Amino acid sequence: MPNSPSDAARRVTVQRKGPLLLEGPVEVELEDGTVVSSDRFRVALCTCRRSRRYPWCDTSHRDRA
Amino acid sequence: MEHARSEPLLPEPRGPLSRAVLNHLRGTGPLPDGEEVAAAPVYGDDLQLALYLCYELHYRGFAGVSPDLEWEPELLRTRAALERRFLTALRADASRHDTVDDALAGILVEPVDGTGVSHFLRDKGELWQLREYAAQRSLYHLKEADPHAWVLPRLRGRAKAAMAAVEFDEFGGGRADRVHARLFAELMTDLGLDTTYGRYLDAACAELLVTVNLMSLFGLHRSLRGALVGHFATVEITSSPGSRRLAEAMRRTGAGPAAEHFYDEHVEADAVHEQVVRHDVIGGLLEDEPHLAPDIAFGVDATVFTEDLLGDRLLADWQAGRSSLRTPPASEVHP
Repeated sequence: MPNSPSDAARRVTVQRKGPLLLEGPVEVELEDGTVVSSDRFRVALCTCRRSRRYPWCDTSHRDRA
Repeated sequence: MEHARSEPLLPEPRGPLSRAVLNHLRGTGPLPDGEEVAAAPVYGDDLQLALYLCYELHYRGFAGVSPDLEWEPELLRTRAALERRFLTALRADASRHDTVDDALAGILVEPVDGTGVSHFLRDKGELWQLREYAAQRSLYHLKEADPHAWVLPRLRGRAKAAMAAVEFDEFGGGRADRVHARLFAELMTDLGLDTTYGRYLDAACAELLVTVNLMSLFGLHRSLRGALVGHFATVEITSSPGSRRLAEAMRRTGAGPAAEHFYDEHVEADAVHEQVVRHDVIGGLLEDEPHLAPDIAFGVDATVFTEDLLGDRLLADWQAGRSSLRTPPASEVHP
């Protein structure tokens, strides 16, 4: 498969403000041992801990005015 | 029993411009002249419907209308005259920011006490208002992400790859049952609405036509590719928090599981899309064609402006206890 990404390193994009961006699909193990998965092509992982859909970003990190 | 049609029916005219275009589509009568185009209110029912009719030939067409009219020079000339008025008005009325960063900064902040349509629907929307909102928006959501697909051949490299990835998601990631237009049809079913494409064209208000014509205008012109990208970014950036409020509205009113799911899906999906569109579609396009920056900013501003027009219209009607629709949907819910 010419397009198979399996051998390539997974890229994670970090930003000072905003979610961690990962290439999907991913599985995330939460503190209580629960495993949740996302099969999106890109996954936005919440880092501000304010998301109501944690561990996925729901844009709750945004400034409020 | 009538069989389901693959093409929508032609709507009713809303004035001389749309009547002339309708007659032309049916094969009779002259198209409007320049004076008639210049005389109509630019964001009004008649001009916007005339333009919508021209654009719809590029999507699904109309029953009984020759598909060849899509590229008929006379009709294209009329479309161009309508577009010139629309675009000139938008550039004058909507432009607020000179740079992409400034334009985006305004929509990346969440108002604490928002007063938009999604705030209203979350806090006190009644089922009949949610149904009206869905009937109006169905003119876009039943072809969700279609106008944006036209930009793909006009992008290159990083911007193209990222735009295609987001569109792939919008189109269900290769699965027909996850196509966003299909998820919206299921929402409409939950709300007791008819999911036939084009069914609510007669019902939709002028301001709704403006929002859809904006996407078609930007999508169909390579010269407006920067504006299309700015528009798309605005939709994705504002969608996630707005969708959360609408999901809450659906839950509170007991609209149904598919109605909740449509907006829940958009909370998460568009939080990702926003990142991809900002970093890679806008970032990639600016790297490739930095001179498009003012157009990207214009696309953002024009989208905010037209969404505000629609929001003001819906809230004015609902706060006065009026229907926002021009013709009521066949409804067992609305009083």
